Amino acid sequence: MSDASTPLSIEVTDVTVAYTNGNVALRDTTFSLHSGTVCALVGVNGSGKSTLFKVIMGFLKPAKGTVRIGGRPVKEAQKRNLVAYVPQSEEVDWTFPVSVWDVVMMGRYGSMNFLRIPREEDRRIVRESLERVGMSEYKDRQIGELSGGQKKRVFLARALAQRGRIMLLDEPFTGVDVKTETAIIDLLEELREDGHIILVSTHNLGSVPEFCDRVVLVNRTVLASGPTAQIFTEENLAKAFGGVLRHFKFDHTDLPGSARNEVLLLSDDERPLLLGQDGAPKRSGVGTKTGPLVEDSRK
Amino acid sequence: MHWLEPFRYSFMVDAMLIGALVGTVCAVLSCYLVLKGWSLMGDAISHAVLPGVVGAYLLGLPLAVGAFVTGLFCATATGWVKANTRIKEDTVMGIIFTGLFALGLVMFTKVQTDVHLNHILFGNILGIERSSKIQTLVAAVLTLGVVLTLRKDLLLYCFDPTHARTIGLNTQALYYVLLALLAGTIVAALQAVGILLVVAMLITPGCIAHLLTDRFDRMLVVAALSSVVSCVTGVYISFFLNAAPGACMVLVQALIFALAFVFAPRHGLLASRRVKG
Repeated sequence: MSDASTPLSIEVTDVTVAYTNGNVALRDTTFSLHSGTVCALVGVNGSGKSTLFKVIMGFLKPAKGTVRIGGRPVKEAQKRNLVAYVPQSEEVDWTFPVSVWDVVMMGRYGSMNFLRIPREEDRRIVRESLERVGMSEYKDRQIGELSGGQKKRVFLARALAQRGRIMLLDEPFTGVDVKTETAIIDLLEELREDGHIILVSTHNLGSVPEFCDRVVLVNRTVLASGPTAQIFTEENLAKAFGGVLRHFKFDHTDLPGSARNEVLLLSDDERPLLLGQDGAPKRSGVGTKTGPLVEDSRK
Repeated sequence: MHWLEPFRYSFMVDAMLIGALVGTVCAVLSCYLVLKGWSLMGDAISHAVLPGVVGAYLLGLPLAVGAFVTGLFCATATGWVKANTRIKEDTVMGIIFTGLFALGLVMFTKVQTDVHLNHILFGNILGIERSSKIQTLVAAVLTLGVVLTLRKDLLLYCFDPTHARTIGLNTQALYYVLLALLAGTIVAALQAVGILLVVAMLITPGCIAHLLTDRFDRMLVVAALSSVVSCVTGVYISFFLNAAPGACMVLVQALIFALAFVFAPRHGLLASRRVKG
């Protein structure tokens, strides 16, 4: 079981991962995360995001370097159910004959005996987890009968039920409605308050400044890592994405004092990122929060 | 002929009982194979056991041991070749299992045995010897016991191996357990339906159940029921048609599948037509 009193951290030091065919997926990768953070893992497809996840989950052994969780080897973290993984929707077989309740209960397997017979405590935790993501009323549905956002929330509930204090989310906003996106972000902020470490792999650039306090930019290695405001700059993003990003500059000359209101829009076909003149990322806002953005740029 | 006629012969009654037992084991395993997408694996291993069976006969070992060894060899060799070539997995598997099957046929013709080749290929449920009956029984009960004990872990492994691994389940071990169960089931079913048709017993009941239900525990029950019904009626019908019982069993299963495919209340052809309206 995870012990709330032990300080939590992920330390990736000088990690190099090579596949058997000789391709080097990650080279000399170093970064660290500490208790109470939501960190975005940003990079193009094939930049090594999922490799990094696999290393942290202990599925891949680095050819060089070390990964330590809470100061201990990954294997031990696994045994203590410390790391929870929320898969991409495409990885899941939605025709599988399991209900929402069944899936969330799978989060408890690690703390059950080998027959996996749920105790009352397991049931209570599953109920609470479903409640927390607002999916209680769907608990008896077969998982294929859910909307995109609901599907995502089921797997979040499973991670909650697992009580993992480190959560890895793989593209959590793909195919998700705005309401779910807001709900997920709110939940992640709560978990951050509780001292969890949350690592979110995403190429949804626009939402990163909204809910991530840290960013790790990857392209076959860590290009930069640190607080969002310092790392999420035009220069760094250009390094991470090369020519992949769409680039637009807007000059609001119809506004008084216009030159100061120039904004830059960066997008890789998902939600765009807006950069103000000072180069600092703007909160582009989810749904109803879009209002303040316009005011921001006039300040 | 009177419709109760088959029940007057003890070999017919025995055949129905063995059919029901074998059918249950195959059905339970078929649920996992269908969900895991291992149908071709079932086909491959069922063919690949032939050289093992002949080899075991030569060495005086239980046939199950030989079958298990070559079945496992087929699966691991496939994995190894795939990892070291550009050729796709299903293709590699096709080459390896047909190769092993051919090897088995050659070995068989070179070895003097008192087992009829037809009995291995098509089964011999009406004339199973006492020793073979015991072997079938042991293989069936063992396999069923292990599957039911590990059913939740195996289900999680099929559904989400990544999650299984992050919470510390030994997925590598589960892979081999599932392979071993597959080999054990094939051995149990060998006498009943033979190598060529055992794959039907290993996938059809699971498919039928997947069309009829949305919960795994119910899927196990539905698969087992459909399998027992088709095994018993298959043996029964074969008496009147004077046809191979194994083939009749598989034929009944295919008919049930066809019915489920069209009429399943939620996932059948008619139901989905209605929804699209």
